[in-house]
Amino acid sequence: MHFGLNEEQQLLQETVQGFVAGECPPPRLRELFDAGTGHDPGLWKGLAEMGIPGLAIDEAHGGAGMQLLELAIVFEELGAGCLPGPLFGHALAGLAIQLAGSDAQRERWLPGIASGETLATVAFADGADGWDPEQWSLGLDGGSLRGQKQHVPHGGHAEFCVVGVAGGGFAVVETQADGVRCEDENGIDRGRPLATLHFDGAAAEILEGDAGAAARVRDAAAVLLAAEAFGAAWRLVTMTTEYAKTREQFGTPIAQFQGVKHQLADMATQVEASRALYWYAAHAWDELPAESAHAAALAKSHITDRAIEVARASVELHGGLGFTWECDVQLWFKRVLFDRAWGGTPEQHRRRIAELGAW
Amino acid sequence: MNLTYGPEYEAFRAELQEFLRGWPLQGDEAKLPRNEQERLFRKRGIEAGYVYRSIPAEYGGAGRQSDPLYDRIIQEEYARTGAPGNRLNQGPGLLVPTLLDFGTEEQKRRFIPPTLAGEMQWCQGYSEPGSGSDLASLQTSARLDGDHWVINGQKIWTSNAREAHYMFGLFRTEPDAGKHAGISYLLVPMDAEGIDVRPLKQMTGSEEFNEVFFNDVHTPADHILGKRGEGWTISRATLRHERNLIGNPALMRQQFEMMLAIARRTERGGRPAIEEPGIRDRIAEVEGFVRCVETTNLRMLSAESRGEAMQVMLPMMMIKLYSTQVMERVASLAYDLLGGDGLLAPIVENDSIYDGSGTLRGGVHNFLYSMGPSIAGGASNIQRNIIGERGLGLPRDLRPSGG
Ligand SMILES: Cc1cc2nc3c(=O)[nH]c(=O)nc-3n(C[C@H](O)[C@H](O)[C@H](O)COP(=O)(O)OP(=O)(O)OC[C@H]3O[C@@H](n4cnc5c(N)ncnc54)[C@H](O)[C@@H]3O)c2cc1C
Repeated sequence: MHFGLNEEQQLLQETVQGFVAGECPPPRLRELFDAGTGHDPGLWKGLAEMGIPGLAIDEAHGGAGMQLLELAIVFEELGAGCLPGPLFGHALAGLAIQLAGSDAQRERWLPGIASGETLATVAFADGADGWDPEQWSLGLDGGSLRGQKQHVPHGGHAEFCVVGVAGGGFAVVETQADGVRCEDENGIDRGRPLATLHFDGAAAEILEGDAGAAARVRDAAAVLLAAEAFGAAWRLVTMTTEYAKTREQFGTPIAQFQGVKHQLADMATQVEASRALYWYAAHAWDELPAESAHAAALAKSHITDRAIEVARASVELHGGLGFTWECDVQLWFKRVLFDRAWGGTPEQHRRRIAELGAW
Repeated sequence: MNLTYGPEYEAFRAELQEFLRGWPLQGDEAKLPRNEQERLFRKRGIEAGYVYRSIPAEYGGAGRQSDPLYDRIIQEEYARTGAPGNRLNQGPGLLVPTLLDFGTEEQKRRFIPPTLAGEMQWCQGYSEPGSGSDLASLQTSARLDGDHWVINGQKIWTSNAREAHYMFGLFRTEPDAGKHAGISYLLVPMDAEGIDVRPLKQMTGSEEFNEVFFNDVHTPADHILGKRGEGWTISRATLRHERNLIGNPALMRQQFEMMLAIARRTERGGRPAIEEPGIRDRIAEVEGFVRCVETTNLRMLSAESRGEAMQVMLPMMMIKLYSTQVMERVASLAYDLLGGDGLLAPIVENDSIYDGSGTLRGGVHNFLYSMGPSIAGGASNIQRNIIGERGLGLPRDLRPSGG
């Protein structure tokens, strides 16, 4: 029995942590955030050199052949560093093609995704709330798409997009093709911009594989966002702890006041206790199929709830400074808001928990 | 990660499940009084090596090699069947581990076997009216007089003092030494002359805890654990065991299932409450917390069984505070589900809804009772101090008395 990270996983975590701290320290993060493009080719190249874009893709297609757990560990670090960039949509597109594509389709798209040379993303949301495969209504009309998808992460950067279509299937569209128009949504997290994709007879290729794939990808998204929110929340705890140790009022660091100390202790306790929840959800996705949908929904709803509580408390404990654009807390706050709303709110996930529990 | 226990563990689980089919007792044995039945079944458990598994045989345990994974399987299966197993009250749960660490050979042989057999009951004499969270300020004195300690003073909130044969407690033996250094850990027979026990009624209606008054009470000079003045250090070890008992995930799962059962059995407008979207949402929210306790425990168990306890220091500090908060959440939801029945006084004795015999009012009792753990064994704010100062490295409180 072993429920914890093994040495390779710890090494992976430390490597990514070191990369994020070295390549994107808060001042650089701030520059990227203010620039608002959400993408930095240098950062992406660095991630690609570490094999991150292909982490969970088969070795046969140029990936590292690891599991969702490893990817989730990387997402914890993405959250901890609030790293800008297109990995989220890109990794999900890779999973979708791996799970739902035919051999030929995998052969065609996965190597480029794994190396990071071709940027990809996913389009799920039909309207504001239609995240679930059962809700997808975008129709295929003689091999071409008509309609629109919202909240596509890095939709403006990706070269192709895996689109959820009516009936719970996937189709692949090239974003530069005729009949595709990309509109910036001005998303809340400037490190992870969103776009609406308008399809007007755009040519699409249906992924031929397994019908259950869309639900699996939906669950994987929930796990990755939970992991990222966990990383962001823990970083907010440590940032706020450091701030409280240095900020003096009444002649003493504010951390010495019990009101502050207890609030920090509660924040830390609530977050730390959920680390194992995301580990479990990732492991269940990899190894325990009967539990994986339930575990993913629990992790996503619970952790993003805790993360937003912590984010609010962090702003509060930074006082007036915390409320400013200048204070870094807002960057993580907005990442947490992304993690919470993308893929469905905690309430939506809890509805599924109830259904899966046959209550 | 690998959550399978491995074939030898699964074989052990199967063997244990077979054994647990013996509970509840059948035939003539089922007619014995409840506590007799429990005693009998516990004795069988010790003989078979499932109860007090890693306590040496010469002290009345099963004498097997300590293995947290076996312990966990035993905990899970006993909780699932409701069979009487390791009774986790003061004697076996707190004193025995402390005796194993700090007792003399003679003390171990004398006190551990009857404690495990349930023949010697213990109570914990720490708190005093003026010394709760600030325990080191305690005043009850013990003066060495020839071959006896002579004790004067008062303890309070002493759980199960009336049933107890002995008290393990903290007493001020070195009045001139510092606050912490003047305390010793003594074992005191509860039938000694000069002891007066007065029950205190709890908000639940039951009377588990008590006041204990000492008026020139004698206990033998060799009833001291460790050396004079070491009582504080030893009591820290006991408290660690107490906190470990509180975060039991099997118990939490049981309470969650009980809450689900209430949601199924209670009707709202002619339909089970569990079908209401708002209720489903709240249950699912609470399940997130319960799963956090379960998975965090799994993480700690795994680290412990691999000798990596250092990696889980933070969760170990947090688990008491966190678990008690989660228990309160489960209980609060159960209370709300009771609706109007929540207006009724709890039924104190044996109110279980598992076997179908009890009423839902057991939920009221649970709700009231769930407050206890957040005060006992170090109140929640004290836990927050520990997490803040030792876990997060925040500066220490201003403590006027220098504690
Ligand atoms: C169900 C139950 C069973 C018990 N059984 C036993 C037993 O068998 N034996 C035994 O010896 N004791 C027992 N106790 C007593 C228990 O250990 C004490 O109640 C507990 O340590 C708190 O002490 P107190 O009651 O004096 O509260 P106080 O110490 O007066 O605390 C009151 C409040 O002030 C807060 N507070 C105190 N100091 C600080 C501080 N420095 N910073 C922030 N907040 C602070 C506390 O968190 C608490 O909320 C039991 C208690 C309960 C509820």
